[in-house]
Amino acid sequence: MDMNEIKEIFFQECEEQLAELESGLLKLNDGDRDPETVNAVFRAVHSIKGGAGAFGLDDLVSFAHVFETTLDCVRSNKLEPTQDVLKVMLKSADVLADLVSASRDGGGIDESRSRALVKELEALAHGEMPSASAHEAPKPAPKAAPAPAPVAKAEPPKPTDESGFQPIPFTFDGFGDDEEPALEGSVYEITFKPRRELYSKGNEAALLLRDLSRLGDMSINCDMDALPALDKMDPEASYFGWKISLKTVKSEDDIRTVFEFAEWDCDLDVKLAEEAASDEELPMIPVPFDLGILDEPSTSEEEEKAVQSSADETVAAAVSAAETATSVAKAAGRASEKKESAAAAAAAAAQNNAAAAAAAAGQTIRVDLDRVDRLINLVGELVINQAMLSQSVVENDATGTSAVNMGLEELQQLTREIQDSVMAIRAQPVKPVFQRMSRIVREVADMVGKQIRLVTEGENTEVDKTVIDKIAEPLTHMIRNAVDHGIESPEKREAAGKDPEGTIKLSAKHRSGRILIELTDDGGGINRERVRQKAIDNDIIAADANLSDDEIDNLIFMAGFSTADKISDISGRGVGMDVVKRSIQALGGRISISSRPGLGSTFTMSLPLTLAVLDGMVVTVAGQTLVVPLTAIVETLQPEASAIHSFGASQRLISIRNSFCPLVDVGRVLNYRATQANPVEGVALLVESEGGGQRALMVDAIQGQRQVVIKSLEANYTHVPGIAAATILGDGRVALILDVDAVVAASRGQSMKPEMSLAATG
Amino acid sequence: MKKKVLTVDDSRTIRNMLLVTLNNAGFETIQAEDGVEGLEVLEGCNPDVIVTDINMPRLDGFGFIEGVRRNEKYRAVPILVLTTESDAEKKNRARQAGATGWIVKPFDPAKLIDAIERVTA
Repeated sequence: MDMNEIKEIFFQECEEQLAELESGLLKLNDGDRDPETVNAVFRAVHSIKGGAGAFGLDDLVSFAHVFETTLDCVRSNKLEPTQDVLKVMLKSADVLADLVSASRDGGGIDESRSRALVKELEALAHGEMPSASAHEAPKPAPKAAPAPAPVAKAEPPKPTDESGFQPIPFTFDGFGDDEEPALEGSVYEITFKPRRELYSKGNEAALLLRDLSRLGDMSINCDMDALPALDKMDPEASYFGWKISLKTVKSEDDIRTVFEFAEWDCDLDVKLAEEAASDEELPMIPVPFDLGILDEPSTSEEEEKAVQSSADETVAAAVSAAETATSVAKAAGRASEKKESAAAAAAAAAQNNAAAAAAAAGQTIRVDLDRVDRLINLVGELVINQAMLSQSVVENDATGTSAVNMGLEELQQLTREIQDSVMAIRAQPVKPVFQRMSRIVREVADMVGKQIRLVTEGENTEVDKTVIDKIAEPLTHMIRNAVDHGIESPEKREAAGKDPEGTIKLSAKHRSGRILIELTDDGGGINRERVRQKAIDNDIIAADANLSDDEIDNLIFMAGFSTADKISDISGRGVGMDVVKRSIQALGGRISISSRPGLGSTFTMSLPLTLAVLDGMVVTVAGQTLVVPLTAIVETLQPEASAIHSFGASQRLISIRNSFCPLVDVGRVLNYRATQANPVEGVALLVESEGGGQRALMVDAIQGQRQVVIKSLEANYTHVPGIAAATILGDGRVALILDVDAVVAASRGQSMKPEMSLAATG
Repeated sequence: MKKKVLTVDDSRTIRNMLLVTLNNAGFETIQAEDGVEGLEVLEGCNPDVIVTDINMPRLDGFGFIEGVRRNEKYRAVPILVLTTESDAEKKNRARQAGATGWIVKPFDPAKLIDAIERVTA
């Protein structure tokens, strides 16, 4: 794995964190005060900042930092997450998302917007926190003066009271940035006395001394006075202290940095030796250290040897004392090692438990979508192949041995199960799409000066990823429309006695093998007078057309229709509801509207759960094999002559249980034949069309029910009116899948224009 | 013998960076996604050093460190806190929980390896 791959992972993770952030903020907006929600929101921004820092995405880091600081105020209850505060935060989440996209794809963002938000966030953080200094970067530590003057005594940490500890401001950049060093270096006297806490936190005096030795020439003196007799010794207590003389070009800060991790748990005193600058005669003979060796990250053994051999010449006693200290520590280590081996069996068992627990925790895996798609395609082929196999067995061996038939049946069942399972892999909740919508509502509402809240429901409803990807765009457009046209201005709403804040509700649920997405606003509803007038002006309907309320409402889906008197920035982008309707239909879906004047409108979209397979009824029409989606069929019946009634020139109705239903000859609509078939000789499929009305589709015969794999006609050939897609049947022939709504719609007028219909292609 | 490092971080990005950095530096790396998993994995993995994040779901870094220090067998393992929190209060809390040292993000491979070298023999 290289950095680019990790960066890819980072951006993926950002998407997840952004979703987490937004849903958390929305929860807070709804009055959720669960600390875990605030934590999750904070963590999301924090994680983005952490990753961005690693990749040097500075814009992202600095914005995330300001955002995080303000969120931290909320987390520590210094800032009440009021609606106003959350409004700023939601906007900040949007800008953060923009910054992530900009970092990923290049491109810029609206700088003025992000600057304005940074100001707002900072104001929030400061407004409630007069002493906001805690969140500013640590001030650089006062550097040790190069002059030999006694260094301002940094107070050693108070030995007893840990909680009363006052942190000393430090630069933690460590070895990198020393200021112009005095060439000869200075000699520091260091007293270092660890307390037992130092060891219990996993620090080790020998390692600290090793690090210290890397700074320059060092000599060590061990103070062993406190060491008790062996039988009185507590193996975990700290008995030794060290006096160190270090000649180095580094500053006092650098020396203290060595003890950075340990400074609380030891008595540490670092000061310049008084006579260092002037007097060459040092009280201790500097130990010559080979820095070349020490700069390499050598193993500890080599290290110790280096320390030992060089030190032997001069301060043997001191070193042996240091070694004693080390060996005492090692003895303590060995003692715990014994405990370790005793607990070995238990550990092995625990390991198994841990493995099982880990397996239970890792309930999800990430898979490249391409692999899943490939699997789905292969399963599709398998389904077709299995159907072909069944068919050829039936054709070649009419009697069929029971073993073969049983095997085939099992195969069929297995294939079906595999297919369902594979489809389930790609099923995803609609949540991410819904979340995107809340941003659009916010932005558009801001632009048009309306107050709108988006309520979502059933966001965990799952649907195939391909469907999710494709509903985002039509949904976005509908949301924009609802905000721009649906909801009235606050003044109007108040005048009408409504809450000045409008509500848009977006819900999803499963219904009979499809997903139903509803978009409801509590706005003014469709202005039927205006819609009607507009339709007349645009030559969509005749001036004297007599339309029901429902029909008028549905006019907004007609091509070339737009009620906005002036084209606005928001919804007037040359895309109308007709485009929305077409893209929904292209997905095998339906859309309808119901509206109540003064109370609002509801758009209902019904979409298939998957674009890969379909349960269909295989029928024959004029010698052609067609597939009718099973979900559309309410019932099938064999019409009797007495139930057929003619009206008008060529229209016929069928009476079913005392109600009349228009009869649609599929063969005529698709121009398979020139004259109407005799209904009595065929079968009627009662279908529910998008408007809710029923139609009876006439076909010649039903061949059976089958699950078919959908193959796009557009991708392989071209769009054909009245046909949704194609499939390959068991015998290897291509069958067309009927677009029921299109056929019904076409039957309202005449048959489809010949040059566009199938008759032309044969 | 390779030194073994247990890393605990909820960010996939950081986990991967730790993995690459530590593997390149010749460490054996074991990873957990939060404090709870960290304590589970700890049993039986016997790390030479632990690197942990602070802000994590389920069990944060402070809780994780306390958990390790309570564990008779692993209480002396050096623990480095890997976090963007640079202010003294957070560091102090981590230290009180029993952290050995810390590495201030943004993530820098050299700093990480340096810190690990500092606390391991």
